[in-house]
Amino acid sequence: MTQPATDKAEGPERVGTDTGDIIVCRDVHKWFGQLHVLRGIDMNVKPGEVLVIFGPSGSGKSTFIRTINRLEEHQRGDIIVDGIELTNDIRNIAAIRREIGMVFQSFNLFPHLTALQNVTLGPVKVRRTPRQEAEERAMELLRRVGIPEQAHKYPAQLSGGQQQRVAIARALAMKPKIMLFDEPTSALDPEMINEVLDVMRGLAESGMTMLCVTHEMGFARAVADRMVFFDEGLVVEQGPPSQIFGDPQQERTKQFLSQILH
Amino acid sequence: MSGGELADLPRMPPAPEPPPIRKIGWQAWLRQNLFNSWLSGLLTVVVGVALVCLAILSIQWVINARWEVVTQNLRLFLMGQYPIEHAWRVWLTLAILSVLAGVTAASSGGPTRALATWLAAGQAMLGLLMLASPMGVVAALATIANGVALWIAFLLALRRPIAGRTLGIVWLVYVPVALILLHGLGGTPLEVVPARFWGGLLLTFLLSISGIVLSFPVGVLLALGRRSDMRLISGMSTAFIEIVRGVPLITILFMASILLPLFLPGDLRIDAVLRAIGGITIFSAAYVAENVRGGLQAIPSGQIEAANAIGLNAFQRNVHIVLPQALRSVIPANVGLFISLLKDTTLVFIAGGGLLELLGVGRSVLAQPAFLGAHLEVYVFISVVFFVLCYAMSQASYRLEAAMGVGTR
Repeated sequence: MTQPATDKAEGPERVGTDTGDIIVCRDVHKWFGQLHVLRGIDMNVKPGEVLVIFGPSGSGKSTFIRTINRLEEHQRGDIIVDGIELTNDIRNIAAIRREIGMVFQSFNLFPHLTALQNVTLGPVKVRRTPRQEAEERAMELLRRVGIPEQAHKYPAQLSGGQQQRVAIARALAMKPKIMLFDEPTSALDPEMINEVLDVMRGLAESGMTMLCVTHEMGFARAVADRMVFFDEGLVVEQGPPSQIFGDPQQERTKQFLSQILH
Repeated sequence: MSGGELADLPRMPPAPEPPPIRKIGWQAWLRQNLFNSWLSGLLTVVVGVALVCLAILSIQWVINARWEVVTQNLRLFLMGQYPIEHAWRVWLTLAILSVLAGVTAASSGGPTRALATWLAAGQAMLGLLMLASPMGVVAALATIANGVALWIAFLLALRRPIAGRTLGIVWLVYVPVALILLHGLGGTPLEVVPARFWGGLLLTFLLSISGIVLSFPVGVLLALGRRSDMRLISGMSTAFIEIVRGVPLITILFMASILLPLFLPGDLRIDAVLRAIGGITIFSAAYVAENVRGGLQAIPSGQIEAANAIGLNAFQRNVHIVLPQALRSVIPANVGLFISLLKDTTLVFIAGGGLLELLGVGRSVLAQPAFLGAHLEVYVFISVVFFVLCYAMSQASYRLEAAMGVGTR
């Protein structure tokens, strides 16, 4: 068991990034055993930018966003989030995770806690918010994602779309500067996809920095500032939706888009 | 919604119908289940006759048995040689236990009413038995009051359930309190009653409850230790678990009662009861650890990732996310373990150290000249007592399982 990061006053050292980017990735590599899944990713994200990351399965897009909050460890290159370099130092990891909220494909709500408890757990335990304040804020977030009436139900009693919205509220409760979405609608029935996308759309409009791995191209076209196409562990092409949909530069991008658009 | 208003709508889908009821008379039921071929008919008759004969013989035996062996020695069976003038301490210990059991049953959620009834009824029956024994009316009333206390605690806690964490701590505190209450403290009004005077059901209770309450947290720590990233901790936990699981309980108890005093300096004497509790705890903790490890392995990796993503540290992750889920899923297995622990406390009688728990008292009673040959009565009585306790525990585990259905995956 590791020690909790206690010494907050000292905090992790801030590294200056001259460009003002909130996420800076330089030459990020990652191997699963012998398999080279990230083969040198360079990416800068500005505050408030909405990225849609797409590509065939196994292209490393999920692995990439999971390296940003250290659910996967990168083995070469640098990742700097909000001026904090992601190292093995537990304090840096904790500081970065406080800045980042994450939403998973399979929701990963805590099944033994109610929706409200799922949302308040992080603020109460990590941010030491008084319980009452945390609960008021949690109710406000549940209202924002449209399910205040489900606050006292357990995850198993909610539909997939409702669970995913609770998961979004849970991530937002930590007041993150960045939200990562790892295929948030892939496990949902078609009629529930939109209720989740609506919440994400509202979040993007509020100015949240978002990295979304998704194949919802309608969402990408309407909301994304930039689209990033991954293939074989590399960024093949990136640009605004108008360019990606209207005038893709790479043959591989065209081929992939033609398969998922009809 | 009533069908009448909708009846005139065109092309209504047919209204849902109740499922067909299959009704057969008792003659048909007999034919189907007991006499559906000549072979099964023959079997039914033979088994039926055998059962009836067995029942008649049993009832005859129960009526003619020399139950004096139990009633005359009831005090021995219940508390061994514990001095009569201090018996109130046993009653007080038992009363606290009753209240705790009632509160726990009510707070565990789900339908535990039957369990509380069973426990209270068990005590009431014991009270009736006391009326027939030299222990007399006061003891009987005390026991019945105990049963009532359990029920009242149960009813009160139903209104205001107490959090599981608090209950766990209260149970942990109960063990030393009970030990001090029974053993007494030198220099205080509580006179010391050395453990060699403790016995019977009292000792059985003491050994098994201490073993359960102490081995559970130790086992959880061992399970977490075994899965730790730190090699030293995981190595030591694994070694402990494997060594203890590879050794029979009786040898651990022998070691605790005979070998341990040899290695300890002469003036440091650990009480025989404490040694036995230690041995039982060590043994049971290793098994609890393996059960809990199974529960830990069943936690999906997504739970860990989600906990990490909201910024919980390793300790918070274990306390708030991993353990609550893992422990819930292993409650049935652990209750099974604790049932065998209860029965295994009889081994301390064999392991020496002069401890006479329920079975031990039974053997010593049989040595009294007045009751030579009353083996069956004594063993039947002991079996019934163990059955009542074990059945209560297994009922508790089923109720817990049912109650856990809500709120889990």
